[in-house]
Amino acid sequence: MSEYLLEIQDVNASYGPIQALRGVSMNVREGEIVTLIGANGAGKSTLLMTIFGDPQASSGSIHYRGQEITHIPMHEISRLGIAQVPEGRRIFPGMSVEENLRMGTMPIGDTHQETDLQTMFAMFPRLKERRSQRAGTLSGGEQQMLAIGRALMSRPRLLLLDEPSLGLAPLIVRQILSSLRTIADQGTTIFLVEQNANHALKLADRGYVMVNGEIRLSGTGEELLANPEVRNAYLGGH
Amino acid sequence: MLGTAHDNPKVAALKEALLSAAITFLVMAPISGIVLKGYAFEADFTVPVYAALIVFVLRLAILLLEQNETGRKILVRLSPSKGGGVTVAKPGGVPWLRFILPLLFIAGLVLPFFLGKYWLTVVILAMIYVLLGLGLNIVVGLAGLLDLGFVAFYAVGAYMFALGSQYWGLGFWTALPLAAATAALFGGMLGFPVLRMHGDYLAIVTLGFGEIIRLVLNNWTSFTGGPNGVSAPNPTLFNLEFSRSAKIEGNIPFHEFFGIPYDSSLKYLFIYMVLFLVVCAMIYFVNRLRLMPMGRAWEALREDEIACRSMGINHVTVKLSAFMMGAMTGGIGGVFFAAYQGFVNPSSFTFFESALILAIVVLGGMGSVVGVIIAALVLTILPEALRDFADYRVLIFGILMVVMMIWKPRGLIRIHRPYFRVKGGKA
Repeated sequence: MSEYLLEIQDVNASYGPIQALRGVSMNVREGEIVTLIGANGAGKSTLLMTIFGDPQASSGSIHYRGQEITHIPMHEISRLGIAQVPEGRRIFPGMSVEENLRMGTMPIGDTHQETDLQTMFAMFPRLKERRSQRAGTLSGGEQQMLAIGRALMSRPRLLLLDEPSLGLAPLIVRQILSSLRTIADQGTTIFLVEQNANHALKLADRGYVMVNGEIRLSGTGEELLANPEVRNAYLGGH
Repeated sequence: MLGTAHDNPKVAALKEALLSAAITFLVMAPISGIVLKGYAFEADFTVPVYAALIVFVLRLAILLLEQNETGRKILVRLSPSKGGGVTVAKPGGVPWLRFILPLLFIAGLVLPFFLGKYWLTVVILAMIYVLLGLGLNIVVGLAGLLDLGFVAFYAVGAYMFALGSQYWGLGFWTALPLAAATAALFGGMLGFPVLRMHGDYLAIVTLGFGEIIRLVLNNWTSFTGGPNGVSAPNPTLFNLEFSRSAKIEGNIPFHEFFGIPYDSSLKYLFIYMVLFLVVCAMIYFVNRLRLMPMGRAWEALREDEIACRSMGINHVTVKLSAFMMGAMTGGIGGVFFAAYQGFVNPSSFTFFESALILAIVVLGGMGSVVGVIIAALVLTILPEALRDFADYRVLIFGILMVVMMIWKPRGLIRIHRPYFRVKGGKA
């Protein structure tokens, strides 16, 4: 067993002729919140999807709890205890809120279904209010909560989030990120991909900065927040 | 509104209705008011005048209804339902259902004894379409894969029975499971290449697949008989034949065995009975499937494929299973069709059939089993019932479809998601 929950070593990945990831190496320790920030098209989402096996890494390796998962198909990865909150939330719009949450138990079966459902409703009371409403009619923030809740229903050890703040009002962003803090405090390791560098770095224990498919900088959240390069590029220089 | 502000609202309504009627007349007059007679035209404005009158009366009625409270309430009730979404069924199911279902089942079993031969054949055809609708409902309604070539599986089933009996002497009962398996195999064959496709692209490929099957049947004359078709044998019950005299030596005709007079509708009666039982089994099967993780996975796949995959659902098996289950049902329907017609040829399996089956699924409300059954019955029995209107049959049929889609865009029956609780758990 290595000391890392998730260890990515020298991963390359490409979409046809376009290389999206160039020798990316990074790691996540158990219990941490790690964030990956970068501009549009830097390859952040690609890295997240590569962990999930689509697109698969053309070279390099990804280890999860010491097990190599580089070439495991997408649907099997979720059974290992990794859950993903995909970019753009991707809830099931025609199903009710409750059904969406119940769908989340797919990878582990329904042993804990009822208790976990209550836990989610306690964490996101808005979802309880709207439990029988069609998920497509929820507001963006509520959909994000639902997507996070759905991912947590599979009791993951590692939660991957792709831009949970996308298109949300600042107040909602703060709520969502603070709920991530709660989730992390309860023992789930979080790997967060964000553009909203300010919020993400404040929340995270450690961070990586990705530029053009390469990891350019890494460090603790405070270090990166204070770093002039990061400030100029992602925080508007102030 | 046409009228000026100080107009009496009733006068304004009259003006607007007149305008609508005038526009209707202008549009209709060149279309149906000019009749071609030999090489000359003849103006006959009765139809446009009637059309304009109908529009005038309806428009006036709506406008006048809008002007008072009770009228508005009526209009709200008549207007298209905008409510979207799904409703989850109540816990414990519908209480009266357990009385209704056995009654319906018995009614279905007794029904054919009260029908003449003609209506019996119509009802058999309707039941075949119920079966096809249920099959396509799995693919389109539940899994959300738009399949425009569903008729291919229907053809595979029908030809499996007809050719099987011609080349290998297969009987009805052997052909039934074999056709189901073959059709499912074809479903898998279609499923593999289209795994990565969605929506429009998928529709086009399936459309092509349907046409390929039909063209092969049409052109492979040495094997399938081409456009001349193949005859299919009558079904048998424990080697009792449903014909006047036994075709295969050693067999006894059904009517002789039971000492009843020969009646040509006996065969249809038998087909109806078997078909009815198969349809009932299929309804039960589909309903159970929807409760199972597989059914849930289909519905999740319809909603969002990426989310589905990231949740540990193998989209390959889910898609293939939907295609194969749907195809299997189509194949069974085909066997019944061949047995019922006693003859199959490629002209029974045109694109129009696929479109009709799709219409059944869409009109019935995607994914709803009851809706599909009702729609299949309506869409097959209605054209028969409308035979008196001869020329306007298809027109009325089309208008009904348009009206349906405006008033009930989500189909006849809103989907009720099954409710179930985990043992010992709380809702």
